[in-house]
Amino acid sequence: ENVFHAFDKLKRDGRAVRCPDQVFAFTDHYVPTRDRANGIPDAEARNMVEMMRRNAQEHGITLFGLGDPRHGILHIVPPEQGITQPGAIIAGADSHSSTHGALGAFAFGVGASEVAHVLATQTLWRRRPRTMRIDVPDALPPDATAKDLILAIIGHIGVGGGTGHVIEYTGAGIAALSVEARMTLCNMSIEAGARAGLVAPDEATLAYIKGRPYAPTGEAWDRAAAFWRTLVTDDGASFDREVTINAGDLAPMVTWGTSPEDVLPITDVVPDPADEPDAGRREKMERALGYMALTPGTKLTDIAIDRVFIGSCTNGRIEDLRAVAGVVKGRAARVAAMIVPGSALVKAQAEAEGLDAIFRDAGFEWRDAGCSMCVATNGDMLEPGERCASTSNRNFEGRQGRGGRTHLLSPAMAAAAAITGRLTDVRKLGETG
Amino acid sequence: MEPFTQLTAIAAPIELRNVNTDMIFPARFMRKPRDEAYPLYMFHDRRFRPDGTEDPNFVLNQPAYRDARIIVGNANFGCGSSREPAVYALHDYGFRALIAPGFGDIFAANCVKNGLLAVRLGDDDVAVLRALVTETPGTEITIDLPSQTVSAPGIEPLTFEIDPFEKECLVSGLDDIGVTLRGEDAIAAFEDSYRGDFDWLYGKRGGAA
Ligand code: SF4
Repeated sequence: ENVFHAFDKLKRDGRAVRCPDQVFAFTDHYVPTRDRANGIPDAEARNMVEMMRRNAQEHGITLFGLGDPRHGILHIVPPEQGITQPGAIIAGADSHSSTHGALGAFAFGVGASEVAHVLATQTLWRRRPRTMRIDVPDALPPDATAKDLILAIIGHIGVGGGTGHVIEYTGAGIAALSVEARMTLCNMSIEAGARAGLVAPDEATLAYIKGRPYAPTGEAWDRAAAFWRTLVTDDGASFDREVTINAGDLAPMVTWGTSPEDVLPITDVVPDPADEPDAGRREKMERALGYMALTPGTKLTDIAIDRVFIGSCTNGRIEDLRAVAGVVKGRAARVAAMIVPGSALVKAQAEAEGLDAIFRDAGFEWRDAGCSMCVATNGDMLEPGERCASTSNRNFEGRQGRGGRTHLLSPAMAAAAAITGRLTDVRKLGETG
Repeated sequence: MEPFTQLTAIAAPIELRNVNTDMIFPARFMRKPRDEAYPLYMFHDRRFRPDGTEDPNFVLNQPAYRDARIIVGNANFGCGSSREPAVYALHDYGFRALIAPGFGDIFAANCVKNGLLAVRLGDDDVAVLRALVTETPGTEITIDLPSQTVSAPGIEPLTFEIDPFEKECLVSGLDDIGVTLRGEDAIAAFEDSYRGDFDWLYGKRGGAA
């Protein structure tokens, strides 16, 4: 919905959308995730959704709107529908468009002016980006997830580490990830500063796409698949920057500060700014700890939380919800916890598998699809001072509501936090919960 | 958009690294129309306390920096969300140029589209400029785009690099869509061959709506 400025610009300049059949629209940031029968009570939010509907209709663009059984977050629906395909170039009106790189697409976020440019011309001016390879030679341990991996990567290279680069994730550790897990990984490339991240398509990618509504069929499938199999980086290719991540003993990760790079294994303690030699960084840490109301030296597992949010384009897919169900089954949440599926089809799938019953029995709220408390523009938000364990992607000050405090973690870790009411090492939940 | 050639203006220092676009423009204002109130949303939660009063600690609330038209920032300025309203609000508040060692990629692209010059200089040079405008509040910096130089009292002029196409857009104030559409024949020819090679991307439209 945030692209209304782009459509306003087209209108001002009297321009048309060049290829409406190559454009897809979504309503996700402003839609309510409960009591939908009442419509959208907030007039401004309603207006955002309404403008998207009108603009899509006026320009003949396919809209996955609220009434559509396939609606959901703009980074969840296109892979689900088979719209995201290897080799495609996808400009998204949102920075987490990097998600689509998980299928071997070159996908990146653009601002409203560039959206207007691509709508009017179906082209963009682009400088060749620098390349970065992040190699993960070892498979992740069974209790670690793609979310833990990407948080560890961001902790390693920093939130500016990928600036100006496109990241290719390679290695046996990546090959072993499911396609959905790769989406989680590529999704947060932007938090590492990179505009795009991608994984070369392999047989898992092809199997994921096959049979989806927009996927090619029959003879076209064979041609497409043959082409997709060629989309691999040459042996011996050189990259502008190469990083190797040892993930063999990766522990579940959690953020303690107000930047995604402020991240540590759950077994660690809140860091002490006094140990930071750089004055600028020390000051930033102090401010972060002040905002987060944390004392250096506190064990991360001693941090009590008020709420849990499970969802977003980072972790709102069916595998994420299955992981949550695996943790909460037969247990009960101690704090307010909400689960917001990334799309209506994810929701339907979860219900078909009986996951919703597990969630409800454990005291979790089971909502409708949307961005929800990831960005807090639809009314789902934290109160000032509230502390939230969240599967989303940004822990900036005020991201989930002014004064709200966010700890980023994986779905399984968020589920464990809901059960105990504090940040918890999900691997030890059996012993304590 | 307004052409950008030369600017001499007060510069305000922002020491913080990784200033993100959520900080520059909190998401809850995304739904607002771009009207007279727009400048108020810029750095809103830093400029204003929860009770709505100004926070005197924030640099832009200090008298000497109120008329600043340039920000001297730090590494990775404008990282995070693609939201162009962050740039709209900086622009509508009155900023015309930003100087930093680096910018978020999408943010930098958005700046060009709105006539805001994002100047990349070396870490040390930016640190010198930041120190200068911090120690002597109200110091003016001059940025000359045609010659790609930044000058300030007491320092040697600094030169910066900029993409030639971006420079042309800024200096001429051109509408880039218009420029692109001059190549419409080439676009159409490309589309024809691309659609031929990758027909599976086009022919099939998804399931029932
Ligand atoms: S879920 Fe969050 S990060 Fe993803 S598109 Fe929505 S608001 Fe953006």
